Order: sequence, then C-alpha cells, then structure tokens
Amino acid sequence: MTAAGAVAAGSGAGAQSARPSADPTRVRGRAASPVGQRAAGAKLQRVARGATASGTPHQDLVGIITPSDLHFERHHGGVPEIDPAQYSLLIHGMVERPMIFALADLKRFPSVSRIHFLECSGNLGRTAGPQTTPGQLAGLTSTSEWTGVALSTLFREVGANPKATWFLAEGMDAAKLTRSIPAEKAYQDAFIAYGQNGEPIRPEQGYPARLFLPGWEGNTNVKWLRRIELSDKPFMTREETSKYTEPFANGTARMFSFAMDARSLITSPAYPKTVERGWNEISGIAWTGAGKIRQVDVSTDGGRTWNAATLQEPVLSRAHTRFRYEWKWSGEPSILMSRAIDETGYMQPTRAELLAQRGPGTATYHLNPITGWVLGSDGVVTFKEEAWG
Amino acid sequence: MSRAQPAMLAAMLAAAFSGLLHGQAPASSHPRKPSPAAASGAPLGIGRSATATEIAALDDDVMPDGTGLPPGSGTPSAGAAIFAARCAGCHGKTGREGPNDVLVGAEPRQGFPFSKDPSLPHTIGNYWPYATTVFDYIRRAMPPDAPGSLSDADVYNLTAFLLNANELIPGDAVIDAASLPKVQMPAKSHFVPDTRKR
Repeated sequence: MTAAGAVAAGSGAGAQSARPSADPTRVRGRAASPVGQRAAGAKLQRVARGATASGTPHQDLVGIITPSDLHFERHHGGVPEIDPAQYSLLIHGMVERPMIFALADLKRFPSVSRIHFLECSGNLGRTAGPQTTPGQLAGLTSTSEWTGVALSTLFREVGANPKATWFLAEGMDAAKLTRSIPAEKAYQDAFIAYGQNGEPIRPEQGYPARLFLPGWEGNTNVKWLRRIELSDKPFMTREETSKYTEPFANGTARMFSFAMDARSLITSPAYPKTVERGWNEISGIAWTGAGKIRQVDVSTDGGRTWNAATLQEPVLSRAHTRFRYEWKWSGEPSILMSRAIDETGYMQPTRAELLAQRGPGTATYHLNPITGWVLGSDGVVTFKEEAWG
Repeated sequence: MSRAQPAMLAAMLAAAFSGLLHGQAPASSHPRKPSPAAASGAPLGIGRSATATEIAALDDDVMPDGTGLPPGSGTPSAGAAIFAARCAGCHGKTGREGPNDVLVGAEPRQGFPFSKDPSLPHTIGNYWPYATTVFDYIRRAMPPDAPGSLSDADVYNLTAFLLNANELIPGDAVIDAASLPKVQMPAKSHFVPDTRKR
C-alpha cells in the first residue's frame, strides 16, 4: 500500500522524488520512466558567463566525457531554433557539382564517430581571484563522442577541385558566423557532426549539424552549418581578422591560429573543495590540439619539484585525458600545479613565458599557462591568483 | 588523399587473410567483402544538385578583392544618419563610446603596440586588416536586434561612414564595389600567419 501511494504521488511532472527514503530497502522504488534524470542530490549546472557563453563545471565531473547538457556553449548570435526537416547544407564554389544535402542525406553517408575535446580559444580567466572554480577558470572546454560524415566524403561527392586550398564555413544563426578553413583539414580529419554522445547534437552545440575540426579552436567548428564554399584563398571574415587574432610582443598579430596548444587543469582538489589530511587524489584533465597527451606532471610545492601523474587509459588523440596523482597531505600549506606535455614534446608554458611572448595587452585567445591552487593549513583550497602583466 | 584509404586497405587485407591466420572455415563458406561503395572512391549519388538561384540566395560573402560586393554605393554623410539610428545605441554616438565594440579610432598612428597596451581598443582604423570585412560583417550580422534588415545601400553608407570616421577615406569619398577593395588598411602589414606546426 505504501509503495503504491508513493508511485501515485510521484507520477506527476517531477516523477522522480527528491526526498530520499530513510530506509530504501523498506519502500518499493519508483517505476520505470521514459527519460532518466540525475540523482536529486547531483545538482550539476553550467557555469554562467553572461548571455553568450556558459562553461563546463569541471569541479563536479569525473572521467573524460562531458555530459551533453553540461558541454560549454559560446555563440555569437544566440542559439537558433532550426527545424530539422527544413535543414540543408549547400556545398559550392570550386566544385564540379554544387550540391544540397538534407539532414537525412548526411545520415546516409558512411559515418564516423570520434571522441574529441572542443575548446573555445578564449578559455582563461586572466584576472581570476582566489574564489575561482575550475569551471570558471577554464570551463570552455568539453569532450564528447561526435558522430557524423567525413568532410572528405562530401568533397568527393561534389567533386572538389584539387586547386581549392580554402573553404568558407557558414552558420545558420543570427550571426551567420563564417570562418575560412584550409582545405587540407577536410582531407585530414574534418567531419560534419550530427550526433553527440549517442543522441542528436544539442542545440547549443549546433543542432542539427556542425563542422567539427579536431583540435582546432572552437569557433572554427561552425555550428548550425548551412553552407561551405570552396576557394583558392581565404575570405578574411570578421572572426579571423578583428577577432580571434593574437597580438605578439614583437609587434605582429597572429591570424589563423587554429590548433589549441597543450594544457592541463587540476579539477580536484580545487576551490571550493576542502582537503583532509592523509591520502588524497589530485585529479584533472589535460588536452592538446596536436594529438595525444604524453605526460602530465603534478607539483605540490608551487612548481619547485614535479612528480609523474598517472594517465587514465585510453589516452585518445585530441580528447581530454584524465590524470591522477595520489598524495599524502601532511597539513603543510601547499601549492598544487599541473603541466602537460604532448606527443610533439611541447610543454605547457608558465604564465611568465606566455607573457614574455604575448605581452600584457594581448587578446584573450590561446592562453594556456600552468595554473595552481593554494592549499592552506586549514584544508581550504583557493585559486592561485596571479596578475596578468 | 584521405587518411581513411590506408586504413581501408588494411581492413580489406585483414578481411582477406583473417580466415587463413585464424585457421577458420574456408572463406568461400563465409564470404566477407569490403563495402563496394567505400572501395570504389566514386560519388555515392546522395544529395541533389544546387541551382544557381539557390546558391545566389545564400552566397553573400565578400572577399578582400571585392568578389561578392553588390551594385550600389555609399557616402560617409549618408551613413552618419543610419549609424545614429541603428548602431549608436551599442557602439556610442561617435563609434568610440561603447558599451559594445569600439569601432572608431585611428590612434596610435605609428606602430602596432597592442601587445603592450591593454587599454588600446581594436578599432577598424587601427586593427582591421581588410576594408571589405566591414561591409561583409555589417550585412551578415548587424544590427543584432534585426540582423539582415539593412539594405545593400544602407551597408555601403555605413561602411563609408565608418571608414571616414577612422580617417581611412576622405569625407567626400564614394564607396562601391570598385573603391572598397582599394582602401588601404594600416594594420594589414602587421598580421602574420600561424607558424606553429599543425
């Protein structure tokens, strides 16, 4: 009788009761439901960053896959509402056969599925204070399994001219966001994704289909993709000239900075967590647009000495890699840091190295310094605040 | 050449030899063939041809050499009124005040000190390398409260107004498909391509 009553009471909109049973073995549980939900106690949400972005709460996550609803978002004209039946992709320009593909057409082609990170090129809270979480510091990177069709397959279908060295990718949002992409990437590993973690891609990630360029800065992975135009030169759109270019100390500005450099981030312990004396796991994520992470080092003394972290297998190319380091905390004030080294031998730079190269006035893009967390003798963890410039 | 091809070849070889290597039943009793579609390298016949009208309806990008610029022209004085009505709310009365992107400012007239000076705004006059981008971006995405609502004439006028406000063209200049690509942008020579390996 009690069980039936509980089911009836919980059968409304919020079918999954938020009230835990005192003894779950003495109350029949909830019935099957069409859509699962998180446990009532798991209050996961993205990190707010104004109207045009929100970040992944890395401090609340484990493993390497970002739940789709917590994947970061960044958009330049809001998230469009697109009818999948009306969706189409035009490919034209330097091709033998300009063609239009409906969503169903894209799904008829041979598919590929790959696990990759996606990171916004502006993913560092440069002026972050002590009360900064990993998600606030670097929440604009996430990892999903993406499914779609290789761009090389579509280029074969339209008869891409081998003399086309660039293509323009254009979105169907209010910004009609455009980027010029080297055609070489299309023949390497670019694809058009319609699936994310086994289901249709989320609206914030480009539903119903987006360009995906493994390892390359977020905005080049044009969402809500409606048009690709092949050309023999770049188009010089606003997002590759006025924006997403980085001034350097030598008086130049770098453009077409596609690949994201290696970076690591300790996600636990980190603000707002507190630490108990004794054994603790220092854990985080590392990633690189250059391929696989080869090594992550962890320091507990502010970078004076470094220790080898264990990498969680499988270590995938251009995907978040989980690292961990078992550490016995004596109660001494400590500074926890991590640094990543990728398969090319590139090592994540210090803030001083980056500043020397880029200067205090440089744009916020492609900043990947080693960052740290301060652990006080009271067990309280805060972000290691450092001035920018 | 796609990366898939060596992998595909490997898969074909593996399929061909797997029976021998594993001592399984002869291949003839359980024939396994690679997908003929994948092996042929030919188009799969999926999708449909795009008509010239369909392409023209979407293809509105403008390139640095002027490709894509429509007929028509604009002047700084005509652009001033449109700027006041449609743009000043976000970019400020003269394009310098914000709250959104600062668009106007020829300073500094020498050098490219953006790396040193965090307070220096990236304006059209001091940072944008191509004048054609101004037309392309306004027509593409502005204003955010009604994107796509400006006529080509409005966009030419606004482009002329902004280029003049940035001291890139004189006040009596006429901007059209022939003159816009010729506007010299001081920042252009400072932009360099990425030299990191990829």
